[in-house]
Amino acid sequence: MSPTALIAEDEPLLAQALQAELARAWPELRIAATVGDGAAAVDAALRHRPDVLFFDIRMPGLGGLEAAAELADAWPDDTPFPALVFVTAYDQYALQAFDAQAIDYVLKPVQPARLHKTVEKLRAVLAQRSERDGNLEATLGQLRHLLQAAAPAAQPVLKVVQASVGNSIRMVPVEDVLYFEAADKYVRVVCADGEVLIRTPLKDLLPQLEPQLFWQVHRGTVVRATAVDSVHRDEAGKLHLALRGRKERLPVSRLYAHLFKPM
Amino acid sequence: MVAIDWSAKLRHLLQTLFFCGLVATIEQAFSSRNTFLPSLLYSLLIGTTIWAVVDLGRHLIPSAAETGWPQGWHGLLLVLGGIVAGFLVGKNLGDLICQTFGLFPGRKVNSAADLRSSILITLLAGIAGSYWFHARNKSDYLLRKMREAQQHAEEARLKVLETQLEPHMLFNTLANLRALIAVDPARAQQMLDHMIAYLRSTLDASRATTHPLRAEFERLGDYLELMKIRMGPRLAYTLELPDDAAGLPVPALLLQPLVENSIQHGLEPKVEGGLVVVRARRDGDRLLIEVDDTGVGEASGASNGNGFGLTQIRERLHALYADRAALEFRRDASGAHARIQLPLP
Repeated sequence: MSPTALIAEDEPLLAQALQAELARAWPELRIAATVGDGAAAVDAALRHRPDVLFFDIRMPGLGGLEAAAELADAWPDDTPFPALVFVTAYDQYALQAFDAQAIDYVLKPVQPARLHKTVEKLRAVLAQRSERDGNLEATLGQLRHLLQAAAPAAQPVLKVVQASVGNSIRMVPVEDVLYFEAADKYVRVVCADGEVLIRTPLKDLLPQLEPQLFWQVHRGTVVRATAVDSVHRDEAGKLHLALRGRKERLPVSRLYAHLFKPM
Repeated sequence: MVAIDWSAKLRHLLQTLFFCGLVATIEQAFSSRNTFLPSLLYSLLIGTTIWAVVDLGRHLIPSAAETGWPQGWHGLLLVLGGIVAGFLVGKNLGDLICQTFGLFPGRKVNSAADLRSSILITLLAGIAGSYWFHARNKSDYLLRKMREAQQHAEEARLKVLETQLEPHMLFNTLANLRALIAVDPARAQQMLDHMIAYLRSTLDASRATTHPLRAEFERLGDYLELMKIRMGPRLAYTLELPDDAAGLPVPALLLQPLVENSIQHGLEPKVEGGLVVVRARRDGDRLLIEVDDTGVGEASGASNGNGFGLTQIRERLHALYADRAALEFRRDASGAHARIQLPLP
């Protein structure tokens, strides 16, 4: 069976060009789909389950790094995780540091010689890929590093969350917050005695929270570590957090599962 | 309050003492009697007191915080106060020293004429000395300001270049160009022409201060056309320039940061893309220019009206038109909206 690939690139001409270069460098590769944004990339990848992903790092909505993390989380266990190649105009995350590992990268404009090297590496990876999937773990480890490098620098620590409630502003001390959860255009700030909604996106909130105290456990969830009572693994192997004195369970994405391990 | 530079103060004191010596020498030169030593003593005492009051006292006056010298009548009052204090303190101290140590016993003083002439000398020397220090201070201040302004201008120019020749923009554009050469050489040539015009205007921007609005719209067209090739159907734009506004002079590349913001913070993050509209029209004695987009607007997380691009525009408008021009900017659910008002020439 010939290998398949998915291309996620928001600039149409560049998607075409990559496809054309790939056709020359790797004739038997079949392009299963070409999409223009990160969310569509996750959907298409789950639908087509390709062997190789070419993800542009800067895309509207979800960027390439976030889309890959999302995909790793939703990826079914019965299929090996695809080999990941990031495509970028400018290597601001020092991707070359990861050369020769689970994640590869190519720079735009794509140079045939460089693409050829990537293709050779991909072929070798696909040939020796076993049923037991070590690729996902290696990919996750590198994604974590990349996302960390992409995160903004820490800011002064937030003490009080200010939420507008009707005509007034509620002041919620950060030490009362159990977890923050992204919900559509808002972030839910959940405390023991109720919750408020704020407009500040989670990604802007994160650099203002103490990292030892507040752990990101999912793209949309940041939880106070001391509020967690126990961690459970379900039949599908996914982790969930139970909070002290609360009924709800918070899912932990694969990207952050490494945070929870016995000492 | 600014920290006092004590080595500068010491230098001022030494300069003052030298000046006092000079005054006593000149006084001696015009006098028939030999009074150099007593003159020198009084001169030094009076001068030092004036120095102490004026040079140290000026730091206590709030209006001196910025320039180092009190503004307007504060400065005059300080100098006059220093001179009066200098004369009273210096003269009495001198008398005291002479009495105590029995110096210059042969000296007959305190005739009305002597008193008049020493008041006159103190007044003239005090004013001359203060004026000299004031002028020195002012030129130092202006020199410092000029250096700051120069540095500021250079940093701004560098930053404009950095944002416009940002590596993502540059390499993505080159990648598109490379792709086009293979599939559509004619369009590749067009794109290259837009890119050349864009780069040329960016690099020339520091030289031309104003150009006709028509030229400004052409430069925006180059940039938007480049972006349109890159973004494909995700970018639509319209440029509306009525004939009666086309010839009006505007600061070169004034609108560029607004349109770049619309693309970078408005449309690029939006999956379905959107529309950029640039409109100009005469409105009475003003020129109105609006840049609107249908991008992500307030959800962009970008700064609301105080980012580098907007600050840069406000500074340029202020430098060229003072209060006669204005920039309004807001982001809401429908996108970002900028509006510039300029006076007609």
